[in-house]
Amino acid sequence: MLRFLARRLLWFAITLFVVVTVSFFLMRAVRGGPFDGERALNPAIEANLQARYHLDWPQWKQYLAYVGPFNLDDEGPEFMGGNGDRPFSGVLAGDFGPSFKYRDFTVNDIIGQSLPISAALGSIALAWALILGLGAGVASALWRGTRTDVALRLLATTGIALPNFVIAGFLVILFVFLIPLLPVAGYGSPAHLLLPGFALGAPFAAYIARLTRTGMLEVLHQDYIRTARAKGLPERLVILRHALKGGILPVISYLGPATAGILTGSLVIERIFAIPGTGSHFVNSALNRDYTLAMGVTILYTVLVYGLNMLVDLAYTLLDPRIDLEDPS
Amino acid sequence: MAFSPTSRQLRQVAALAILVGLAIGAATVLGAARLPRADFVLNNATEIQSMDPHTVTGIPEGRVMRAIYEGLTVKHPQTLEALPGMAESWEVSDDGLHYRFHMRAGATWSDGEVIDAHDFEYSWRRLVSPETAAEYAYQLWCVEGAEAFTLLPDDRQYRALDGTWWQVVAPGRYRVGFSAFSTNRHGQPLHRESATPPSWDGRFPFNPGAAKLDVWTFHKWYPYGVFHRFHAEGAPGPIVANEVPPDSRSEMRSGMYDEHWVCEVEPTLEELATLQLLSAAEFRDVAWRKEVGVKASPDGTTLDVTLRKPTPYFLDLCAFYPFFPVSSKAIARAQERWPSSWRIEWLRPEHLVSNGPYRVAFRRVNDRIRLEKSPSYWDADRIAFDTIDLLAVDHLGTSLNLYLTGEVDWIDRPIAGVIPRLLPREDFNPAPYLGSYFYRVNVNEPPFDDVRVRRALALTIDRRAVCERITKSGERPSYSIVPRSLAGYTGGEMRRSTSEATYEENFAKDLEEAKRLLTEAGYGEGGGEFPTFEILYNTDQTHKDIAEVLADSWSKQLGINAKTLNQEWKVYLDSQRSLDFQISRSAWIGDYLDANSFLDMWMTGNENNRTGWGNARYDELIRAAASEPDVAARQRLFDEAETILMEELPVLPIYDYTSRNLANPRLGGFAGNALDEHFPKFWYWMDDAELAEKRATQPDDWVQVPARGPSEGKYPPAGRDAVQRCIPPGALR
Repeated sequence: MLRFLARRLLWFAITLFVVVTVSFFLMRAVRGGPFDGERALNPAIEANLQARYHLDWPQWKQYLAYVGPFNLDDEGPEFMGGNGDRPFSGVLAGDFGPSFKYRDFTVNDIIGQSLPISAALGSIALAWALILGLGAGVASALWRGTRTDVALRLLATTGIALPNFVIAGFLVILFVFLIPLLPVAGYGSPAHLLLPGFALGAPFAAYIARLTRTGMLEVLHQDYIRTARAKGLPERLVILRHALKGGILPVISYLGPATAGILTGSLVIERIFAIPGTGSHFVNSALNRDYTLAMGVTILYTVLVYGLNMLVDLAYTLLDPRIDLEDPS
Repeated sequence: MAFSPTSRQLRQVAALAILVGLAIGAATVLGAARLPRADFVLNNATEIQSMDPHTVTGIPEGRVMRAIYEGLTVKHPQTLEALPGMAESWEVSDDGLHYRFHMRAGATWSDGEVIDAHDFEYSWRRLVSPETAAEYAYQLWCVEGAEAFTLLPDDRQYRALDGTWWQVVAPGRYRVGFSAFSTNRHGQPLHRESATPPSWDGRFPFNPGAAKLDVWTFHKWYPYGVFHRFHAEGAPGPIVANEVPPDSRSEMRSGMYDEHWVCEVEPTLEELATLQLLSAAEFRDVAWRKEVGVKASPDGTTLDVTLRKPTPYFLDLCAFYPFFPVSSKAIARAQERWPSSWRIEWLRPEHLVSNGPYRVAFRRVNDRIRLEKSPSYWDADRIAFDTIDLLAVDHLGTSLNLYLTGEVDWIDRPIAGVIPRLLPREDFNPAPYLGSYFYRVNVNEPPFDDVRVRRALALTIDRRAVCERITKSGERPSYSIVPRSLAGYTGGEMRRSTSEATYEENFAKDLEEAKRLLTEAGYGEGGGEFPTFEILYNTDQTHKDIAEVLADSWSKQLGINAKTLNQEWKVYLDSQRSLDFQISRSAWIGDYLDANSFLDMWMTGNENNRTGWGNARYDELIRAAASEPDVAARQRLFDEAETILMEELPVLPIYDYTSRNLANPRLGGFAGNALDEHFPKFWYWMDDAELAEKRATQPDDWVQVPARGPSEGKYPPAGRDAVQRCIPPGALR
């Protein structure tokens, strides 16, 4: 277990390093800068602005300053607002820099404010996805071939086929305008997260339903299920305690990409429902050429996706003792 | 190991931990987020860049600034005339160059400190200081000496000597300077440029016996005059330079640098030793005091402003947000407390000090800014709304939904496709807006360098179709660059047929002329093949529709092939700036009610020109208008200038903008105006009686919408009488 973790963490560091480096230079290769606007800036003012954010440094120096951990500011406090007196700065020192676009905030502030909101939304979406998906999948598997099964599979296919913003549109028409039950957008109460959570989780619920159904059907034919039934266990226990574990395995391995998908799907849903999460920052920072915020959110997503995939692998062993993490097969 | 949990126990613990964690997380996030609805909610479209009025540009930022700060003047909600704000009264000299503002006694910042003329002097200085890097610094350049002050470098060491200015450069900073002449120890120049300035008598400045001297010169052009710097290695003092009156210069170009010769006698080293060293900050103080025309009286009750040239819209500018004050004491406190992060800390809602009708209660990025009434505001008892929310919803569909479900009371831009259904409603009132939509033409690229081609393209645009079928908010077709929403302005327009009775007949005649011009230019029937070109636009459905319609009509009427090219906003800006386009969609919004904001950008080489066009006579006219005090004469100059512009047509005007506000009909103190600027201090909810009165004056075919307000008991009752005195005289539409 420990060797597994150590190896994974090493690869994590390598992945993160590559992501940071490639993103950093790729971002600056794109046309357009953070301070471009309809009105052209006076050259002297533009020079001052660029100097404040070190955009006049050569790119390799900007990169080193960004990664840290040593503070490369050599300007006096008067000019730079005093950044020069701190010995450590940069990502390795935990400082993701000031945002170029939202000048009253550092990237740490912005991510700190928006991440709990996105996490709440993502958890609710995942909860919807799991509850609906597992329930539908188990029901589908148990009553295989009946009309229930067909109906549920049809729903699942629709859920996979429809993009989440289309589902969101239908939900808004239904639950906001036809039946005035929920608020249309915004953030401020649990009711605000119901519709976005459902819209975000629905495609994954559909996929999980299909996976659960397949996994359950495989397991239900196994010998140990027959043994359990023969022993006289009530059907409920057979399903919940024995069959579900095996059936869940494909779902668990899907959770990794599912969480990644929820993260990326949240970009659209957060915009439609006006939820101040990190998804909106991801897109806006690219459009605004806000280099530091874009890098910060990229790093965050890398960490999240990698970490969750690692957790998924760990969860495997807990669920199925036959799987040995050390064993490459 | 003694403690070896079974796999099953691990699983249960893990599952429990995850569930508990999620529950706690969700509970904290949701519980902390609950906010009661504000008295007034508006959608501010995006998250603003900053709360610092000096460093922002943009309409959403302007809305926040007008709520939390107040300048010398405020503008009337409809006529936009200047009304007293922080200045109770003012006097203007006859030549229009000297303003004296009398500050309001007893006005305070939100932290209780008194606000007076010194705060405004400090703030305006901060606006034009180079280290603030304010994008709107140029707005204050109408004040005498302000432009030079902005262009002062800020990281040098300076010396001052008896009122003449000497600029001192730190040793080693300017080794890149091109050596114009150097001297041996006897003071004889070793190296001289070939062009000798006419009045140079061969003497060299420094006392040669003192030390070995190597001299570099580095020249930089300042509006004051020319600074000529010397680096004296081994000298007891640092480099000096002196200010040269403009008439003693003569020019010489060499290498990469523009060399300007100086023909003054330089000081000796002994004189150098007696110079008093000032720091950069002290030098800027001297520069501000001596040169810039903003002076606060010692007791802080009056502010004297001297303009460089008569500026009729100066009082309007005083209500424009770059001119708003910030608290020097708050900034100083922040610099002391947080030496490395004060730039961000002083702007946090809990530390921000402001002088306007509202102060910031709470701010969440990409969600909202909640403002609460500021009890220290001088007019606080007449402000109607206790709390205002500015949301940052940028999705147009969501914004409209929020308005229709009553969560938001004012949005400024509905979806274009819905506008025809909104037009009959009483809450949708498009008003002429000081903005112009036009196509820029890159006049450096053939065939667009031929004015006949450009005119042919301009004549073929069916502007009425664009306004009626694509934009549909009552925009006016435009034949000039300055929008006709500018009251009192009548400038030159594009020459076109106006002799026929109907628009269609005039347009038919214009088409004929266009075809004739194209044939004359060598394209069209029997002529050469007109090259396919691209119409560039930034990502937006309306721009796409207009570009496609125009490309189609040019193709049908003139046989010209055009493709449309969509680029993302920043890439589009970059393309325009580098003239990497043939025709590009553009727009310009005026900052102040004067034609100059639309005309001075077309001068040769102006950074906002971006067409490659220039005309010497045009430049002359605009420059003359800038210093012309007589209004009628100035108008004639603008008229002639715009006629030239519309004759040469580096831009193809299409339509004038309208503002598209969708606002709760109960909102009082709010009206559509040419700049679409609204000051929150005037807003209030009408009671039923006043609303009925207003509805009685509206046309009968307007559809009435349910207007939430005091009668539903949702907001504090605040009828007209409570805030009547806050509303300036003159009826609002």
